[in-house]
Amino acid sequence: MSSVTGARAREAAHRRPWFPWKSVLAHAVLTAGAITMLIPFLWMLHTSTMPVDQAYKYPPILFPTRRAWENYTIALSLLPFGRFYLNSAQVSTLITIAQLLTCSLGAFSFARLRYPGRDAIFVLYLATMMVPFEVTLIPNFVIIRTLGWIDTYLALIAPFAFSAYGTFLLRQYFKTIPSDLDDAARIDGAGYLTVYWRIFMPLSTPALATLGIFVFLFSWNTLLWPLVVTNSMDMRTVPVGLAMFIGRDQMVQWHLLMAATAAATVPSLIVFLAGQKYFVRGITLTGIKG
Amino acid sequence: MTGRWPTGSCVLPRSAGGQQLDSASDWRGVSVTQAAPPAARQPSRSRWIIRFVRRRAFREALVGYALLLPGAVPMLIFLLAPIFAGFFFSLLKWNLLQPWTFVGVENYATLFGDPELWEALQVSATYMVGVIPAGIVISLALAVALNTGRRGIIAYRTLYFMPVVTATVAIALLWRWLYAGQIGLLNTLLASFGIQGPDWLGDPAWALPAVMIMSVWKGLGYTMVLFLAGLQGIPEHLYDAARIDGAGTWARFRYVTLPLLSPTTFFVLVTGLIGALQVFDQIFVMTNGGPYRSTVSASFYIYETGFRLLKMGYAAAAAWMLFAIIFVATLIQWRLQERWVHYE
Repeated sequence: MSSVTGARAREAAHRRPWFPWKSVLAHAVLTAGAITMLIPFLWMLHTSTMPVDQAYKYPPILFPTRRAWENYTIALSLLPFGRFYLNSAQVSTLITIAQLLTCSLGAFSFARLRYPGRDAIFVLYLATMMVPFEVTLIPNFVIIRTLGWIDTYLALIAPFAFSAYGTFLLRQYFKTIPSDLDDAARIDGAGYLTVYWRIFMPLSTPALATLGIFVFLFSWNTLLWPLVVTNSMDMRTVPVGLAMFIGRDQMVQWHLLMAATAAATVPSLIVFLAGQKYFVRGITLTGIKG
Repeated sequence: MTGRWPTGSCVLPRSAGGQQLDSASDWRGVSVTQAAPPAARQPSRSRWIIRFVRRRAFREALVGYALLLPGAVPMLIFLLAPIFAGFFFSLLKWNLLQPWTFVGVENYATLFGDPELWEALQVSATYMVGVIPAGIVISLALAVALNTGRRGIIAYRTLYFMPVVTATVAIALLWRWLYAGQIGLLNTLLASFGIQGPDWLGDPAWALPAVMIMSVWKGLGYTMVLFLAGLQGIPEHLYDAARIDGAGTWARFRYVTLPLLSPTTFFVLVTGLIGALQVFDQIFVMTNGGPYRSTVSASFYIYETGFRLLKMGYAAAAAWMLFAIIFVATLIQWRLQERWVHYE
């Protein structure tokens, strides 16, 4: 968008020095940073494929005689990780769908309909974004317990079926949709819900994708809430399972733990890589709105 | 949900700027304003009532509220009600197993004299004071480098983002292994430079810094992207003007870049503060609060009090205190921003 043209103009405006020392310095800094980012992940993959007899030597062995891929199957069978993945996938998917629906409906109402108290309610929505989760943690646990939902999918999903943040994000986007479009639909006799579903939702795919990726990654990665409201092995999610894996003993089998960790990071990375464009845009969008 | 759009095009919610709901755009508003003279509050209310009775407006309002419901119901149950319930719980003595007893402000009184709470707040404060500035400085440097180098932005961004999108639990486990005693990668690397590394997570003096280093590392990509967007929004003619005035590289950075980035910096600071006070996952996984409680943060303390010691009322009171602190800190930042944040 404007950033690209800005960069071009900047490039044209610069007089080229005899040696691009700034650019070289910039790439040196960036490369150093990139290596710092990459090494821990590479070390994770390295350890995860180390045979147990070579994993804990000092100094560390960088090139083992063979790669122990069986670490992955061993690690993932020590705990019911299949079940954890299924739980995480189901819960994250349902939360994402629920939020896309509830937030877009609310956003449509805020952006296009007129009724008394609308703006006051919207301000209330914004204000709730400031409340830290610790405040609601204990009461929510009590509510879930009173409802008898402990150790159920409902407990994992229901509290996240909505977000003020998502409503805000989509409302801002909906307001950029020209009203000529709903005028035309209205003349053709379309009702509110038709306009929402047939015009606003299809036109907002980028915003919906942004919110969807955010919500999915957030719910896939979340630890505290599932930790608190589940207690049977069958209901644990991947982060809780991973945290349990390490246990509290000092003798950690790092080669297995790193295999489990690597396996757990794969879904997040895939979702991120698939929707990187939307993810980055979502971040800059909220940052600028501040 | 068979509501139709109103047929008169002039009644459309075009700008949706709440205040000018029915001024010139509403053709029926004319007769309404005539009926009720434009005094202070009375007329707007009677206009509302008249509007409400009118069928189209009534239907629009009905649909408007109905569409809010799917989101408002979970919000009421899991966000608004808990806020007030939490305050009520903070006045109770309750361990979930026996019926609660009402103790009034006793929990708060005990909290003020509880050295463990103050230690936890101190840990959170140290974390905040360390992680936020370090994160800002490093990610700003990276963003500037990215904006200068320009080539390979997407490749760099992808790499810097990997820690951001990965679960904190996974990252924390990974770093536990990097920090692990003498066989950990970090101490091995230090040893190759002849430095004897500390027992990172086992030493009360080093455990918190170790958690902080990991948190800075994890958050860099996120803040960097924010700063990059801010940098790209600075108009080039300002730099040209500064150059004509004889400003060098550093002066341009100091007097053009930094002031114009201040809204982004402010956003990073406010969200960073709220986030730092909520840090939990990495502590749960890496140190579990130890050694010797040196890494018990405020939110970890609340978790521990509520779900390990089952002191629900007391934990709720601590949560409310944390809320108050976050609220006041955010308020102070809003007040201070007038002094250093420049909006164009």
